[in-house]
Amino acid sequence: MAKRGRELVKNIKRYRVLLAMLLPTILYVVIFAYIPMGGIVLAFKNYNYNLGILESPWCGLDNFRFLFVTNKIWKLTINTLLYNIVFILVGLVFEVGFAIMLSEIRNQVFKKISQAFMFLPYFISWVVVATIMLNIFGSNGVLHHILTYFGMGDYSIYRNTKLWPLVLVIVKAWKQTGYGTVVYLAVITGISQELYEAASMDGATVWQKIRHITLPSLKPTIFIMVLLSLGNVFRGDFGMFYQLVGSNQLLLESSDIIDTYIYRMLTTSPNTGMTAAAGLYQSILCFICIMIANHVVKKVDPEYTLF
Amino acid sequence: MKIKKGKDRVAFDALSVLLVGLFSLCCIIPFYLIVVGSFTSEHTIVTEGYNFFVKIKDLSVDAYNIALRNPTSIVKAYGVTIFVTVVGTVISIFMTTMTGYVLARKDFPWRNKFSFFFFFTTLFNGGLVPYYILCTKYLNFTNHIYALILPGLFTVWNMIVAKSFMSGIPFEMIEAAKIDGAGDFYIYLHIILPVSKPLIATLTLFVALAYWNDWYNCMLFMSTGETWNLQYTLQNILNSSEALKKIAAMTGMQVGQMPSEGLKLAMTVIATGPIVLLYPFLQKYFVKGLTVGAVKG
Repeated sequence: MAKRGRELVKNIKRYRVLLAMLLPTILYVVIFAYIPMGGIVLAFKNYNYNLGILESPWCGLDNFRFLFVTNKIWKLTINTLLYNIVFILVGLVFEVGFAIMLSEIRNQVFKKISQAFMFLPYFISWVVVATIMLNIFGSNGVLHHILTYFGMGDYSIYRNTKLWPLVLVIVKAWKQTGYGTVVYLAVITGISQELYEAASMDGATVWQKIRHITLPSLKPTIFIMVLLSLGNVFRGDFGMFYQLVGSNQLLLESSDIIDTYIYRMLTTSPNTGMTAAAGLYQSILCFICIMIANHVVKKVDPEYTLF
Repeated sequence: MKIKKGKDRVAFDALSVLLVGLFSLCCIIPFYLIVVGSFTSEHTIVTEGYNFFVKIKDLSVDAYNIALRNPTSIVKAYGVTIFVTVVGTVISIFMTTMTGYVLARKDFPWRNKFSFFFFFTTLFNGGLVPYYILCTKYLNFTNHIYALILPGLFTVWNMIVAKSFMSGIPFEMIEAAKIDGAGDFYIYLHIILPVSKPLIATLTLFVALAYWNDWYNCMLFMSTGETWNLQYTLQNILNSSEALKKIAAMTGMQVGQMPSEGLKLAMTVIATGPIVLLYPFLQKYFVKGLTVGAVKG
């Protein structure tokens, strides 16, 4: 023990500069991530602002009981889960599909320009997306104008709440596809050209080549990407849902997710303890999912494990 | 060598060009519509709605006049956004590259321990409530400009990108410098940073974009308009007639006379313009960064 202790002191001395360089990040992570982790005790307390976190009285599992007594939290969990699963699947089809098509396009100028256009939506904030939506789908938006021109009259997605899940899926695909194709495109570029040439010699059609060469080569990457996103399947895209749905009561029924619910509760409800309980509930779900996803990834391809 | 194109080849090429073309048009047209809308006179918007094209006689720069004439909210928000983006990005780049450098040093005995210590924060977190209480009650974030800078300084993802890039720098370079008597910080500053320019470019893009597009921290921590950034100001103009009234009062106009619809779009152009203009030059680095990050180091 004494020897190890001396070794440690020696190492600390030797690497003191490196440790000092790490210090800002260590402090940062402790303050903004680890201390709030300790704050999960709030979920078991009856929080009183004036008393602060430590002095507020304990209340056992009451916060969780309040949280689960209504069906609300189940509905939110299902919403978050379903939206994310659909986002992942639709995203996958779009990203892989466009990556394959882009890789086959021979006209370099067309390819560069269309790729640049596809990437653009990724760079804007959800606030800007919200303006774009209003501009196109709003009551005096472009779509309205076009529909009126063709005599199809008054139609607004803002009044047709049933459509919103679909609208959200489309907007998500619109914003993410350009970004998502990059990884798949990189893999396709890495596939040996000889494989394709040999297949061509044997008289394979384009479709056969995609089915038997491109897709199998993409399979590991697809698998890993899907698994990693499944790890976050209970964490919703707050920015998107908050900006596009906001607090529109008509839309909230079908488009409320855990993240937006927690934010609304934080800003409007006096029951801080219950909101913290909802947060902890979500954190635990996420933690379990990531652990499972990582475990599966480790079995399939240890190269890609998160840790 | 020219292989004769089969029927399937022709069909597939046509389909690819058609679908890719359509999708990229869908991606770019909304931007075009925003620009056109922002230059349309308010009267036209109210009576006819937004349109694909605008007649010369309906062109107007009123919205921009209001947006840029009013020095107290929009121009100020621009200042806040630029300040936060520049300061935040510079600090963040130093923090991230320093961390990446230490964790990539093969001789540093605790590199895996610290890596996991940082990484664990992405596996589990305390949730929004404890974080919010910590920031507002104990760190005094409310209405202070650093509330917009601190939350974005460090992300584990960027750390991984930095670490994996720097692990690729030959360790012999560091060893040789050590033999010459260079200190660890000196090596970082004078040897590692100069060869990490592609990494720095990529990180700068990621981080600056996040700061520029941030409205979340503003929404959480800013109650008065004094320290609102661009995105949050836009969000307010979009969602509340209060914000429009304020601007009207500042410019001495009646709310009814305000080009409120055009103003929303002009604000959007002002808030997005710099990104869209810079973007063609930066796309290269962005793609590079994505492929670096995709393979974990």
